[in-house]
Amino acid sequence: MSNLRTPLFQWHVDHKARMVPFGGWEMPVQYAGIGPEHKAVRSAAGLFDISHMARVSLGGPAALALLERIFTNSVATMKDGQVRYGLVCEDDGGILDDVLVYRWPDGFAAVINASNREKILTWIESQSDGLYAEVRDQTLDTTMIAVQGPKSVELVAGMFADDVSGLKYYYATPSRYKDKPCVVSRTGYTGEDGFEVIVPNALGVALWEEFIAKGVVPCGLGSRDTLRLEAAMPLYGHELNETIDPIHAGLSWAVKFDKGDFIGKAAIQKATADTTKPVRVGLEIEGKRAAREGCAITDADNAQVGTVTSGSLCPWLDKSLAMGYVNPQFASVGSALDIDVRGTKLPATVVPLPFYKRKK
Amino acid sequence: MSNPSNLRYAATHEWARQDGDVITVGVTAFAIEQLTEPTYLELPAVGAALAAGDKFGIIESYKSTSDLYSPVAGTVIERNEPLVDDGKRKGDPKPVNDDAFGAGWMVKIKLAPGATLDHLLTAEQYDQQLASEGH
Repeated sequence: MSNLRTPLFQWHVDHKARMVPFGGWEMPVQYAGIGPEHKAVRSAAGLFDISHMARVSLGGPAALALLERIFTNSVATMKDGQVRYGLVCEDDGGILDDVLVYRWPDGFAAVINASNREKILTWIESQSDGLYAEVRDQTLDTTMIAVQGPKSVELVAGMFADDVSGLKYYYATPSRYKDKPCVVSRTGYTGEDGFEVIVPNALGVALWEEFIAKGVVPCGLGSRDTLRLEAAMPLYGHELNETIDPIHAGLSWAVKFDKGDFIGKAAIQKATADTTKPVRVGLEIEGKRAAREGCAITDADNAQVGTVTSGSLCPWLDKSLAMGYVNPQFASVGSALDIDVRGTKLPATVVPLPFYKRKK
Repeated sequence: MSNPSNLRYAATHEWARQDGDVITVGVTAFAIEQLTEPTYLELPAVGAALAAGDKFGIIESYKSTSDLYSPVAGTVIERNEPLVDDGKRKGDPKPVNDDAFGAGWMVKIKLAPGATLDHLLTAEQYDQQLASEGH
């Protein structure tokens, strides 16, 4: 199967992006370099083509009940325009995906990981017994662009029919861009303030180039990954998968046991009392060498007590940082461990998450 | 991207430049583009004996960690010191990114007696390898 291309594909190629396959799409991994792109987002603003993320609308009278059934966070308590993070889990509590749900006056939308698009669409259909919702996959009809960084608010000024600068964090609004309908949300995956904008495909390049003309730095998936790692945001397929439950992933805040029944509730509730399974931690490594996914985490007796799920030298903090799962007795902050990188033991310490938190 | 015709190449993307019996070794600009900008480099000590194809170091980027393989048999006689950490000073592998075929050289190797570069690819052959890999 050949990879899909976003409406910005040609722009990326023309601007010397290095393209890689990712989640069924051909995406830019970097333009000028991961380091400078990462620093641009922390210090000013960067621009990301995130059209590969799946965008799905859910309508009809049963949409709310269906979402409450498949989503760990509360949907009924959301206000119009609000955006909420949560998990889609199996009966056994294993995570199928982490998604954002948007609430509109007339329905809902969800943003799903690119690699999980078909899995989640199939899951929604298979779990909709008695709760018919009109589910429409709008991924291929729209372009999604993220502008991230402290300058984002001033950059969006005047770009849309509505003033979006007053949008609260994790809220979205419908607006118009060049007289066509769009959606602007104050969301992101970098640890910075910023906006994510969905426009019809025909306006994708125009929106992108308007930001570029204002000096926003184009960024690829490489810096997106180092930014989210520095901000300790989990990435599906690395920190999250079908064998990991939300509690041990450190995402209990995105699970609402008091909202009524939902798929996986009993298993996740049971997981809250399970003190034997490995939990997600942050690790700071001595020196500049990076720990990589799959590296063994060992204790003073050289016994494996965990595994790295993501790791890199992080450009802004200029530290070698990693996330991983370790047995609970080694998970407290200050715990001194080693990470086995190709036979070399790198000393590492468990540190609080997130590694990086922006100043408000 | 042009691969200099005066160099020889390993299939694993190292280049070798011969000056008498001294071989200067680095990695190609193509390899660096694939790797993304280097963040850390580990090189062998001066005096280390290498066979052709032996692992001689490690290069890391924000994205990945890769082994470096010696294109020739011989003994390491010099390292590009500013690229590597030496305990007192943090090395900066940036020249590898900026000038892979020049300032980004990594080690100089004195050819072992009887050793040659004949097994290595010419620039034209290396270009063909990249083309056949779809680059």
